[in-house]
Amino acid sequence: MKRLQQLLAGIVLSGLGTVVHADYTLNMPVGVTELSRETYGLHMMVIYICAAIGLVVFGAMFYSIYAFRKEKHPVPATFHENSKIEILWTIIPFLILIAMVYPATDLTIKHYDTENAEMTIKITGYQWRWRYDYVDEGFGFMSSLKADSNAARQIDSGISPRKVHNYLQAVDHPLVIPVNTKIRFLMTSADVIHAWWVPEFGWKRDAIPGFITDAWASIDKVGIYHGACAELCGRDHGFMPIVVDVRSKEDYQAWLAEKKLILEQDNAQADRVWSKNELMVKGKDIYLSACAGCHQPNGEGIKGSFPAIKASPVATGDKDSHIELVLEGKGAMTGFAEALSPVELAAVITYQRNAFENNSGDLVQPAKIKEWLEDLGYDE
Amino acid sequence: MVSVTNPIDDHEHHHGPAKGWMRWIVTTNHKDIGTLYLVFALAMLFVGGMFALTIRAELFRPGLQLVDPEFFNSLTTMHALIMVFGAVMPAFVGFANWMIPMMIGAPDMALPRMNNMSFWVLVFAGLLLLSTFFMEGGAPAAGWTLYPPLSIQGAHNIPFVVFSVHLLGISSIMGSINIIVTILNMRAPGMTLMKMPLFVWTWLITAFLLISVLPVFAAAVTMLLTDAHFGTSFFNAAGGGDPVLYQHLFWFFGHPEVYIIVLPSFGLVSTIVPTFSRKHLFGYSSMVYATGSIAFLSMIVWAHHQFTVGMPLAGELFFMYATLLIAVPTGVKVFNWIATMWQGSITLETPMLFSVGFIFLFTLGGFTGLMVAMAPADLQYHDSYFVVAHFHYTLVVGGTFPVFAATYYWLPKWTGHMYDENLAKLHFWLSFIGFNLTFMPQHFLGLAGMPRRIPDYAIQFADFNMMSSIGAFILGLSQLIFVYNIIKTIRSGDPVSDEVWEGAENMGLEWNLPSPPPYHTFQTPPDAYLIDKVTATEVTMR
Repeated sequence: MKRLQQLLAGIVLSGLGTVVHADYTLNMPVGVTELSRETYGLHMMVIYICAAIGLVVFGAMFYSIYAFRKEKHPVPATFHENSKIEILWTIIPFLILIAMVYPATDLTIKHYDTENAEMTIKITGYQWRWRYDYVDEGFGFMSSLKADSNAARQIDSGISPRKVHNYLQAVDHPLVIPVNTKIRFLMTSADVIHAWWVPEFGWKRDAIPGFITDAWASIDKVGIYHGACAELCGRDHGFMPIVVDVRSKEDYQAWLAEKKLILEQDNAQADRVWSKNELMVKGKDIYLSACAGCHQPNGEGIKGSFPAIKASPVATGDKDSHIELVLEGKGAMTGFAEALSPVELAAVITYQRNAFENNSGDLVQPAKIKEWLEDLGYDE
Repeated sequence: MVSVTNPIDDHEHHHGPAKGWMRWIVTTNHKDIGTLYLVFALAMLFVGGMFALTIRAELFRPGLQLVDPEFFNSLTTMHALIMVFGAVMPAFVGFANWMIPMMIGAPDMALPRMNNMSFWVLVFAGLLLLSTFFMEGGAPAAGWTLYPPLSIQGAHNIPFVVFSVHLLGISSIMGSINIIVTILNMRAPGMTLMKMPLFVWTWLITAFLLISVLPVFAAAVTMLLTDAHFGTSFFNAAGGGDPVLYQHLFWFFGHPEVYIIVLPSFGLVSTIVPTFSRKHLFGYSSMVYATGSIAFLSMIVWAHHQFTVGMPLAGELFFMYATLLIAVPTGVKVFNWIATMWQGSITLETPMLFSVGFIFLFTLGGFTGLMVAMAPADLQYHDSYFVVAHFHYTLVVGGTFPVFAATYYWLPKWTGHMYDENLAKLHFWLSFIGFNLTFMPQHFLGLAGMPRRIPDYAIQFADFNMMSSIGAFILGLSQLIFVYNIIKTIRSGDPVSDEVWEGAENMGLEWNLPSPPPYHTFQTPPDAYLIDKVTATEVTMR
């Protein structure tokens, strides 16, 4: 029934050439920020102006087709110019444009006003996930497509997308931010151009390698908001969703405290010796979220685009050159030195060297990675 | 009827077409070359259309069923490149070749050998571009805009793509020079600039646009090539360059490019609407000035494709204002077409149906154009399916509906046979319904948050995507009717009069030639009185 209604709505709207707001997500969301509400207002204003112009123009056109058809109007008139009316229909549209430009200019200026922010989040685009850094708190994390969506979206996976909760809209670690706080977002990229877009916030902004762009939002409703990368960024552009978890200020503070505690514990873990089993279990998780996008869950890569890990000279050869490649990147692959923690790096390298029948038996300990990071100058 | 061959000059008889298939390789005749361009464009329409249908088949339901995401990206990229450079632009050059000499009373194009060369260069450029599908790593997959760093990321195809863009550019520039030289030098006496049919005017302005912007595109892709293979850093921040610089260069070409596509179709519609309204074009001179203004404005609005790159505020505002200004001359055109129909005596043969369909749908595309021109609202629309819907409403409608209209309009003149009107009307209605079913739902998808260029989507977008895919198959398959109708017309259509359409002999020089026209026409220029008859001049002179 709902589908039928949508179809009917679609047909009616095609006929009218305009858009009404209904429950079938036909229209732009009003959103949860001042910017998104004003953007929605501007959007609706232009739609109404266009609808009015359309009524006049199409009215005149269809009236002509009806009233001046040959059977009814066999002898055509001979006029073919009229300076007055031509000047009139040049000036009137110009005046309409000026009326539209006023609110649009105000809103553009507002979009650009990123000053006096209460906190700053740095967003880095990677192929194909996001990294969120809490600049004021000194920590950050990666946010990748959730494993169940990732499994279902593989070609011939045999898993129906309809059975996956929030298919292609769920991530492992959402961005958590407080409500009613002016947040400045800084966007950049580690590889190619991405764009960070949450429709409910009212804007998108490109994340450009080597440059920093900015935008802001102050969200006035607690909730979970979805978005996606909006700039074509390669093979898995369609698989790097955004999830923002907006919490009350108290809940946010609690989350922050907990997050910091976990980080401290993780840091302590980096100094102890890990067993192979521990490394392999953690390594598999990291591999699936950080590596499988290109090198595939089965480690076989994609011929011509992404090298295989299985039986690869790197993963079965010299341990140090393997570590260096993962930390520093090579060619199209970005380095992971800053993207993953020492424990995660150690685990994923160990996993790559032992999974997929590579069976090198090598273990890479977090402490070893820490030494590498210090040597390479990543240690702050 | 005007005498087109001079019986005293028996030199004539030696100048028929060459025998056999070599005729098509070596021809320098504007009609033959026009036909070659049109056939090539039609073939490419189906190649690009197959890419589009594969895309829509993959998007029929959520989940990946048919193609790898990387191949999907190649399809979106090549669909655009082939449609823009292989189908739509050559189609307009085909019409220019066929019609400009016949419309201005010239015997041929001014530079016939270059004319042949520009066509064959185009064919090889197209094949070179398509050959990238068979390379390791596949065809370009960074979108037709070829934005770096993505476009040069480990791609083997870049040298081929760049070279083929150079060849396409050379072909277009040669074609443009030929058109400009022909129009400026070969008009029959009495065919003053302000008496030229509007199609000739729009092509003259389009040709200047092409010559102005194509070299910039050629330079930009050359810089891509050197960045990829010669260690330069034009677009690489790590070497002191800027990826956004490429976007500015690309869109300095890319935005005028959409007017290069749409100005000749304005010309076609301005030619066809008067014939079927039995009334001369309203506001001829304002149409010419509007075309000129659109061409000028199209060159100073490029960065509205980049409202989300974080330009300085002043840039954002300038490009918003300049873009909105284009609505004024475009509006003038739409109003003039409707004023031409006003108090006319209208019949709705297929050329008129496609023209009216164009005016209706293109205006809708213009409305969404106003919306995406609003910089702050574009921060929502940009790179979503709303934009996909917007530019298909302008470019598919602008690039194909007038081409179909013009084909049905002139095919009887070219072949001497009438097409099947019922089949043609069926073609129109299926195209119209299929088009709207494909692209109208994409507006809603974009507004609801679906980004463009994705091979798979979240469940809430499923229904509209399914509608869109069904529409795409209706639109795509109905083009087979078009091909069938053309073949049927050539083989067995009913003979037509020289005038073909009632009253058309007052609407253009070409309708005063025999149907089909002889291989060479207007070897002696038409009389001045004939030129005055087919223009509205005598009424204007007061």
